[in-house]
Amino acid sequence: MKILNWLAQTKIWQSIFRTKLPISTNLDKSLVIFNSLTLHIHPVKVRLRAIKFSYTFYLGMISFFLFVLLIVTGILLMLYYQPAIPHAYNNMKDLEFVVSNGSYLRNMHRWSAHLMVITVFLHMLRVFYKGAYKPPREFNWIIGIVLLIITLLLSYTGYLLPYDQLSYWAVTVGTNIVQYIPIAGEKIRFLLLGGNEIGEYTLVRFYVLHCVILPLFMVLLIALHFWRIRKDGGLS
Amino acid sequence: MTKKEEFEIEISSDSKAAIQRLAIVPKKTPVKYEQEKPEENLVMTFPNLIIREIICFQIVVIVLSIISLFFNAPLEELANPQNTPNPAKAPWYFLGLQELLHTFPPVVAGVLMPLLVVIALIIIPYFDINIKRAGLWNKNPEKTLLVFSSVVFVFLIIMFLFDAFSILVPTLLIYILAVSPYLIKKRNAFINNIASLSLAGWIMTWFVSVTVILIIIGTYFRGPGWSWVWPW
Repeated sequence: MKILNWLAQTKIWQSIFRTKLPISTNLDKSLVIFNSLTLHIHPVKVRLRAIKFSYTFYLGMISFFLFVLLIVTGILLMLYYQPAIPHAYNNMKDLEFVVSNGSYLRNMHRWSAHLMVITVFLHMLRVFYKGAYKPPREFNWIIGIVLLIITLLLSYTGYLLPYDQLSYWAVTVGTNIVQYIPIAGEKIRFLLLGGNEIGEYTLVRFYVLHCVILPLFMVLLIALHFWRIRKDGGLS
Repeated sequence: MTKKEEFEIEISSDSKAAIQRLAIVPKKTPVKYEQEKPEENLVMTFPNLIIREIICFQIVVIVLSIISLFFNAPLEELANPQNTPNPAKAPWYFLGLQELLHTFPPVVAGVLMPLLVVIALIIIPYFDINIKRAGLWNKNPEKTLLVFSSVVFVFLIIMFLFDAFSILVPTLLIYILAVSPYLIKKRNAFINNIASLSLAGWIMTWFVSVTVILIIIGTYFRGPGWSWVWPW
């Protein structure tokens, strides 16, 4: 504790963290929020009612944390993954038998993804039944719906990547639905698969969608979603 | 001395002949109400909210770590385009959609229905004119019953024609639940609860029930050739 106190008095510490220690007054507490890049998405004060667990069940927060977890585990998994046939499948086996904690990493990524689909859906239900989509929050509701769709698409594109029987046929079933879209259906399916059936290029396309394009949209929309919560008057 | 008429408020339904002058005199707010009005109880974000976020994040990580340690993610053998499993199933969250594909023409089930669901979800906040969300039976219950029942009846007939029993049965159950506050006059906590649900609330409840039931059927009750099998 003494070392920490001394550390907090040093010039280096004080040049990094603007908030003076110890944090005692309400001014200090508000400066913690003010002076932080990550925390200042919060207001300095919040309604006590809105931060109770029974009010929101923290479903939005849990969804976001799951997304963070998915990004961390996903980046680590990218280090061991080649989007090619049959390398993709062999990489799964490597994760299981060769890479330290490889199974743990993949399990974490998989279960977080499934759980995120559930929590995002439950979050939508909570917002609906509490009437939290009403004006002025109606546009944030729409962003939320788009986020739900992107969550499903992210989960779905990730489904192909292990390239086992399960993923191959699940994606076959899914992309067969696409071809029923009137007029452009066949073309869209060709664009998605990079061919008439699932192959090398499908894997690359789904990999790029899963690791670059969709997460990018997700991050941007999450930022907009959070920002709108503040602008529309806080949690409800 | 001015004439007496000048002090009288003219009242006429024709707004051009006599502009109505209305003065709304609210009843004096009772003192008790003033006292009970919920005070906006504000607390500092740091540490009150921040500590909750940190604990929440830690619980998420711990729970997922435990799940990941005990349950392995499924991995089957290498994909083989020549060997089609029977049945080939989509990821669980799309199994409701796949279940629909086996009952309706593909354009309807695969394109039209998801599109309608997304559009319906998006327009909810713009269409929900019933801002206070009064219960379904609050106003004009006889007319509500007639319109509501006939819409549900037509829907059920269509579902019956397509043999879509996996939609028909939950719809019927939700309908019975929705109508019960009208039929059962005896009140208890449960009836009061469902009586306060608005039309939008009922539609959402119906949508969620059907989705969940379709996903459960698709996951556990469908075997080779998408035939009905029992999971036990």
